[in-house]
Amino acid sequence: MTDISADAGGAAPLEPGGPLSSLPGAGGPVVIVAAPQRVATARWRLLLNRPTFLVGAAIIVFWVVCAIFGKSFAPYNPLAQNLLANNAGPSGAHWFGTDQLGRDVLSRVIAGARIILIITPLATILGTILGTALGLAMGYLGGTFDLITGRLVEAVLALPFVIIAFLFIVALGPSPRSVIIIIGLVFTPLIARTVRAAVLAERHLDYLSSARLLGESPVRIMFGEILPNVMPAILVEFTVRLGYAVFAVATLSFLGFGVQPPTPDWGSDVAANYSTLLAGYWWQTLFPVLAIASLVTAVNLITDSIEQVLNA
Amino acid sequence: MAMFLLRRLGLMILTLWILSLIVFFAGQILPGDPGRAILGPFATQNAVQSLDHTLGVDRPLLSRYLSWLGGLLHGDFGTSYTYRTAVEPFVRAALINSVKLAALAFVIVVPLGIIGGVIAALYSGRAVDRVISVSGLSLAAMPEFVTGIVLIVIFGVELKVLPVTASAGAGAGVFNQFRHLILPAIPLILILFGYIARMARAGTIEALNSDYARTAVLKGLPQTTVIRRHILRNSLLPTITVIATQTGYLIGGLVVVETLFNYQGIGNLIYKAAQAKDFAMLEAGVLVIGVVYVLATLAADLLLIALNPRLRTGVSSD
Repeated sequence: MTDISADAGGAAPLEPGGPLSSLPGAGGPVVIVAAPQRVATARWRLLLNRPTFLVGAAIIVFWVVCAIFGKSFAPYNPLAQNLLANNAGPSGAHWFGTDQLGRDVLSRVIAGARIILIITPLATILGTILGTALGLAMGYLGGTFDLITGRLVEAVLALPFVIIAFLFIVALGPSPRSVIIIIGLVFTPLIARTVRAAVLAERHLDYLSSARLLGESPVRIMFGEILPNVMPAILVEFTVRLGYAVFAVATLSFLGFGVQPPTPDWGSDVAANYSTLLAGYWWQTLFPVLAIASLVTAVNLITDSIEQVLNA
Repeated sequence: MAMFLLRRLGLMILTLWILSLIVFFAGQILPGDPGRAILGPFATQNAVQSLDHTLGVDRPLLSRYLSWLGGLLHGDFGTSYTYRTAVEPFVRAALINSVKLAALAFVIVVPLGIIGGVIAALYSGRAVDRVISVSGLSLAAMPEFVTGIVLIVIFGVELKVLPVTASAGAGAGVFNQFRHLILPAIPLILILFGYIARMARAGTIEALNSDYARTAVLKGLPQTTVIRRHILRNSLLPTITVIATQTGYLIGGLVVVETLFNYQGIGNLIYKAAQAKDFAMLEAGVLVIGVVYVLATLAADLLLIALNPRLRTGVSSD
């Protein structure tokens, strides 16, 4: 994730250093934006020194490996039913026990990493791209556009997230694609609000007046000039939203609005099995639940470290 | 002051109107043909059309919206697609159940969160602070069903000390109802604790660094008096706003908790309506939630004004 920040810091100098560098007024920014690259490298090193970041990253890497290669090292086929060995507790043969259909819970937990690890980043990226575009436009164009979109953003924020998701997923039909679209759209106004605030702080700086005097188009100013400078704010917002996205994806799949059975998925596996808790078959739900908890914790550890480093 | 109230009421009505548009759009336009959505792909076109006619969804959109809105204003929330009777009694009963659960969670979490935040602020930067802040934040990010399942496994299945269903059954006494609501309330409490404690901590730290706090300490007031009279009164203002905005979150949390613990509240009602594609019930439930949320925000604003005289002049001048 922080790679992006280093990239953004590195990409910025290319712009003014390119065809514009011979023009008067373009010499200044080159010196100013050269610094972030060094700052970014230093921050990256600071981040690697934080134990909380390393623990979080290790957990994420573990689940990514499970998501990609899980099928080859899972002890059983996660879809294979064995009705003669159903509801069996943890044992040497089935470390995490088996579910109501006799499927191996450990294998399903390993394979279940895939869906949530695909949906979560995609939804967050969608929301970040749309939110950044909207926020840039609101902050830079201002005026009536800002006023009207601002009201709309507030109206959407007045509704609890789950409720919006309900209304639209029922209408669109439950599927991973619906989940990505809904979460992305709900994140859009939230991210737009942050980006707008960051843009407002930049709006009266000299480099923007220079760009305007050079006759650059509003679109070029927004995406070519302002965007690289508000990138750190967007990055922090992205990691924070990533944490919420894990929460949202897990919740929606628990409610049955995400991937449909029999595909292994932590949230929907919990939903399919929690009614057997009373019979004492705790392993069918506890292990997927702990997997979700570990992912949530990992993302939050990383977010927390990034915020601490950026604020330091 | 009167102007401010009028403006707030106007904004409130505007928000509710936009909400009604969103709900109508999602409940009546997005599904395309409600009859087809309910009966599924294998029903005959005749059956679909006759159901659409019974439900009244074959009329033009604008007239549907106006009659739906007119009904709402008269307290008529429409007719359930599933039960074919008025939606209103279902929504009312569910709302009462949810209020009980939410009230229990709030009564416990508000003092707990404030005390936690103030303690964290007083020991800012030390181990106590880190424990409260970090555990609060991590718990706030856990989905309710995750903490709920862990709680059920520990207290319901292993220790067998608390009931794992939320409803005590008809005619149960107050204490029995309360006992059944303890486990469902805890996941909500865990999530809210982090938010409230964080705001209370930030507010207290700001108040501790203020000139009036320094003056109070320097003039020799005992520490408890400084905290009670000078710090708390100022630090709690932003916390109140957060508590009100968390009502919105709380309703989302209720959907999950009520489903997990099989409790007949408003969240469960919306969830079941969504599964059954009972759009009339869904719309009514969502709208009621919107009203509750808007009222909570208004109550928080009024409370803020009552607590902070500066806001009274501040708002009337703009």
